[in-house]
Amino acid sequence: MNIRKNIAISESGFIFNPLTGDSFSVNETGLFVLRKLKAEENEETILKAFQEEFELDRNTAEIDLNDFLSMLKSYQLTAYEEA
Amino acid sequence: MKRRKITVGVTGLNNIDSPGPGIPVIRALKESREFDVRIIGLSYETLEPGIYMQELVDKVYQLPLPTAGTTVLKERLQYIHEAEKPDVIIPNFDAELHNFIKISQWMQEELNMATFLPSRDAFEERQKAELNKFGEKYGVRVPASHMISQVQGLKKLEEEIDYPMVIKGRYYDAYIVSSLEQASSYFYKIVAKWGYPVIVQEFVNGTDVNVTALGNGKGTCIGAVPMRKLYITDKGKAWSGISLEDDKLMEISRNIIEKSQWRGGCELEFIKTRKEEYYLIEMNPRFPAWVYLANGCGQNHAEALVKMALGEEVKPFTQYRSGKMFIRYSYDMIVDISEFEKISTAGEK
Amino acid sequence: MKPDYERPVIQKLNTGLLNKFGSRTEQRPVKQIEGVAISDLMDQYGSPLFVISEKKIRQTYRRALKAFTMRYPKVQFAWSYKTNYLDAVCRVFHQEGSWAEVVSGFEYRKALGNGVPGNLIIFNGPDKSTEDLQMAVDNRSLIHIDHFDELYALIELLEGTEKRARVAIRVNMDTGVYPQWDRFGFNYESGEAWNAIMKIVTQKNLDLEGLHCHIGTYMLTPGAYSVATQKMCELAQATANRTGVKVKYIDMGGGFCSSNTLKGSYLQGVDVIPTFDDYAEAIVNTIMHFGFRPDELPLLILETGRALIDEAGSLLGTVLAAKRLSDGRRATILDIGVNILFTSFWYNHRISPAQEFTQHAEEMALYGPLCMNIDCIRESVSLPLLKRGDRVVIHEVGAYNMTQWMQFITLRPNVVMIDTNGKVHLIRKNETMESIVEQECLPDHLKDFTL
Repeated sequence: MNIRKNIAISESGFIFNPLTGDSFSVNETGLFVLRKLKAEENEETILKAFQEEFELDRNTAEIDLNDFLSMLKSYQLTAYEEA
Repeated sequence: MKRRKITVGVTGLNNIDSPGPGIPVIRALKESREFDVRIIGLSYETLEPGIYMQELVDKVYQLPLPTAGTTVLKERLQYIHEAEKPDVIIPNFDAELHNFIKISQWMQEELNMATFLPSRDAFEERQKAELNKFGEKYGVRVPASHMISQVQGLKKLEEEIDYPMVIKGRYYDAYIVSSLEQASSYFYKIVAKWGYPVIVQEFVNGTDVNVTALGNGKGTCIGAVPMRKLYITDKGKAWSGISLEDDKLMEISRNIIEKSQWRGGCELEFIKTRKEEYYLIEMNPRFPAWVYLANGCGQNHAEALVKMALGEEVKPFTQYRSGKMFIRYSYDMIVDISEFEKISTAGEK
Repeated sequence: MKPDYERPVIQKLNTGLLNKFGSRTEQRPVKQIEGVAISDLMDQYGSPLFVISEKKIRQTYRRALKAFTMRYPKVQFAWSYKTNYLDAVCRVFHQEGSWAEVVSGFEYRKALGNGVPGNLIIFNGPDKSTEDLQMAVDNRSLIHIDHFDELYALIELLEGTEKRARVAIRVNMDTGVYPQWDRFGFNYESGEAWNAIMKIVTQKNLDLEGLHCHIGTYMLTPGAYSVATQKMCELAQATANRTGVKVKYIDMGGGFCSSNTLKGSYLQGVDVIPTFDDYAEAIVNTIMHFGFRPDELPLLILETGRALIDEAGSLLGTVLAAKRLSDGRRATILDIGVNILFTSFWYNHRISPAQEFTQHAEEMALYGPLCMNIDCIRESVSLPLLKRGDRVVIHEVGAYNMTQWMQFITLRPNVVMIDTNGKVHLIRKNETMESIVEQECLPDHLKDFTL
């Protein structure tokens, strides 16, 4: 999953999508994930990093990360992927 | 004379096509001869134009919506107090007044923030559903109105009220109807939207004339300026209006403010018939959006309200200029998204 | 897990509509009730769990009583059984001096069982069987007659006996509020109430002792009570003038608001509801100005239920799951269903997490565990991020929930009361398989089957 290239992410957690004109806010945990995505890391590495950074068990990390990624997708913040 | 420095918080920054009174109030305050006013804008939504008008609004804070209740509002005001120490707060929305009236004493005692609001009783007795009683109590002509909760009530009222009649919701919406069929259909529409009861009112034919007024809460009318709308927008709001010279209207208005011991700003909406009878249709419990016209006519109501809020005696205005017009216009500001970011993430800017 | 871990959240900024300061209202952890830790309560008594504060009941009752007694010399409260008839709750009210107000033979017997003397039971409502009436007559209870059929049934019952019944009529009237409750009692404006009074005073077995009304529920305008009181006083005076019968009491019923927020209300309940003083002022002022002779002032009876008990009750529950709806909205599933929280149909109940939480809040729908679409506790509420196993407190649930609850697909939970010393007492045991199945009878031919 890739985040769209032109999405602006500010320090305060304000996200602006110039393609649609929508803006969003994320919390710090969300910001952590978004930065990893922006750096084009793959989901497996993000999951590991996420788990380590916040000292999570694998299941919690997976549930929370998947939920967040699905929201990014539903908000059209990720690049279009062929099904 | 050196102007005194004060800080005033103002709501109603929604200066859109159907505007709130905030920006007009701020403009009047900025033109005060006595005060050098720092304005704290208080907003509910992130796109209220006033938030971005830096030449008029020095600093902006978001307020919790009235639905959140007074506990949360108090916390927010406490925060704003610590940062800005506003001397006076002027609420300008109908929907927020209930809460501000409820906590005004607390604001004064705990935060030293003054307001100048009507008493709870005065606020309640001018509610639309109470108009008949209000008219009777203060000797003002009001259109005969009845509250009904069953559609059969319309049939009964046909004996008392001629068509056309006006069918109104408790808080908003009004339709002019000329048959029982039409009346019933609007009855159901209003019930679906606003619930019971439905207000059925005599239709009074004539010209709309409005008055912006200010009372001192002790039975004196400090100022009043009457206006007729010259042109209205498709939303029924004034596009342009002109100040009138109408002694009878002024006398009726002063009488209402004095007898009801109204405290603060208000708007009186009348219909003037061909026979020169004045029917009060509604009394809004805050300044109207066109209140800046009063300033243009020589009565700075916003400044006078601030003085009274600070506990100072204000002498009633004795004159105003008629034939002054206001013409409303819209204006596109160019704003960077970083401005929007500030208000939407931090809640202040 | 780091102690300050918060699951990642992204929120669309809808150009304002609900700013975060507008949605902070319900976000404070409530970790104890009357000094007792919620975690301890739930560990011991399970989840969900109803908790009633005895202290809160007594405080609220005394506040209400004082509002009236400081204005009027003769005041009597009667506990509205239907609002909450758990014996422990009723007895707190009886200890405080409340009579009993019942609306069925079942409630009547419950009041007797609680040791309330028969002559201090007010029997209201449209449903009184001949047997119930006989019991009420024998116990010298106050029978509040609801309709002519009941009046004639009572007349027939006493015909040819030496027994006398103490009665009042329930009166309904236009008080300027909507809807007008005209389904109970005899109408004032149409003269029906007057006809009922005339019938009663001509009966040798009936003593007209009072007049009763109950103008509605969750009444936001104290003014309606002034109107009602005025009409009751006029009726009392007309009765005295024309028949010589002086009624001993006026029963103004209930209908006072609790501070719960009604669905569809723009403002918070706590900001708009009248106080006990407002109601007392409206009612007492009207009586005092009516012109009764000081020695003939009627006893004022009040049957307020909701406003006395709502705040004393809390419902504790547990998060079963946090999921997403198809439109991306968050849905949180609790183990509390509408079957035990009936009032969620008309209130937006205030809900607090019972443990510390992180900064962020999100809009969510709160659902119960019933496999039914109507099982929704809040359509939309802003709460901190909740996860499976988290505990919540639903506030102000003391009125009606413990009487209107239904047993559905699972068993009704424990109810505990925290006494004024902070000691916890189980006052209603949770149901078991046995308590439900015991009531069933199985025909012989359905006992066996093979699959």
